[in-house]
Amino acid sequence: MTPSSHRPQSLSDLFFSFTWLALQGFGGVLAVVQRELVERKRWLSQEEFIEDWAVAQIMPGPNVVNLSLMIGGRYFGLPGALAALAGLLALPLVLVLGLALLHDRYADNPQVAGTLRGMAAVSAGLIGAAGLKLAAALKRSPLPMSWCVAIAALGFVLVALLKCPLIYVLLGLGGLGCILAWRRLPA
Amino acid sequence: MSAAPETLQLVLTWSDWLSLFGHFLLLSLMSIGGAISTSSEMHRFLVEQHHWLSQEQFNAAIALAQAAPGPNVLFVALMGWHVGMNAGSPGAALFGVLVSMVGIMTPSTIITYTAARWGHRNRELRAVRAFKQGMAPVVIALLLSTAWILGSSVTQLTQDAAAGWRLVLLAVAAGLVIWRTRLHLLWVLAAGALLGAFGLV
Repeated sequence: MTPSSHRPQSLSDLFFSFTWLALQGFGGVLAVVQRELVERKRWLSQEEFIEDWAVAQIMPGPNVVNLSLMIGGRYFGLPGALAALAGLLALPLVLVLGLALLHDRYADNPQVAGTLRGMAAVSAGLIGAAGLKLAAALKRSPLPMSWCVAIAALGFVLVALLKCPLIYVLLGLGGLGCILAWRRLPA
Repeated sequence: MSAAPETLQLVLTWSDWLSLFGHFLLLSLMSIGGAISTSSEMHRFLVEQHHWLSQEQFNAAIALAQAAPGPNVLFVALMGWHVGMNAGSPGAALFGVLVSMVGIMTPSTIITYTAARWGHRNRELRAVRAFKQGMAPVVIALLLSTAWILGSSVTQLTQDAAAGWRLVLLAVAAGLVIWRTRLHLLWVLAAGALLGAFGLV
């Protein structure tokens, strides 16, 4: 259904599109991805975006990175996936290293230290907000809400409070969640 | 008011670099919900166990990557950068970036690329749906844990208990604003930066 003009034209189109997208994404890229790829470039419909985002979220690796791999791969196979990934990371990597150099030079300045402290506190809040936003998706889970909350709460206690190594939590608690979900889904 | 910054001088052997690389490869496999969800494990490994990274550097890496444009996974590059700098040279720092980024990206990239193609073809399968739905509560728990660990480590940057509480308050307020409004993240980060620069938090 997608008209041929609404797709990446070439590997360099993929690279620069994802570079441009990454450069707009201060503090997180989800909103920018949706606006650029769905509303402006129309490489994806809204429905395709939601479905791809769910997969990107559940696979290991950063969500936006995963999404770039999936979209690049769909149009141009492995070279497409790598072009999109490189576009997403190359220039932002140079920028962030430049920032780190500046920060090292001025780290003793109390204003710089204060700025970073304020931003670190906000970052903690942003990550918490992302968790809370995602929690809304649990309403559509086949698991009863009380089970979801119990699993999430137990996970929080194990990781945040008891500092349990992540692998046990993912395998144990995640595995439990998958089995429970499997039993409640229609065959 | 601010604690004396801890400076580290490391001598890293090849086996240390290899162990760092191996650890990031492993973390990549576990980075469901994004690399940020493994940051509590990175903290345990880099700061608490090996002392390759100071608490200030750990926090700065996450805060800088959040503030800069681009995917937040670049905080991993900054951790590699700082470990290399602690080992003594910009060359080592660039090597640290290479080791940490290749480590954190390679396994997840291979898995996601392969699995996404498979999952796309089999998206109606019961097992695929069970995996997506069953993992969701754990993903949420990991994000909230990261927020908690980051928030409590921020308070350790200051000796002053009242200042610590103001930082916690700022974190909670920022979280509520982002959760409940459509305000751009950048404004909230800028507000935190300004409050910090003027010594209000």
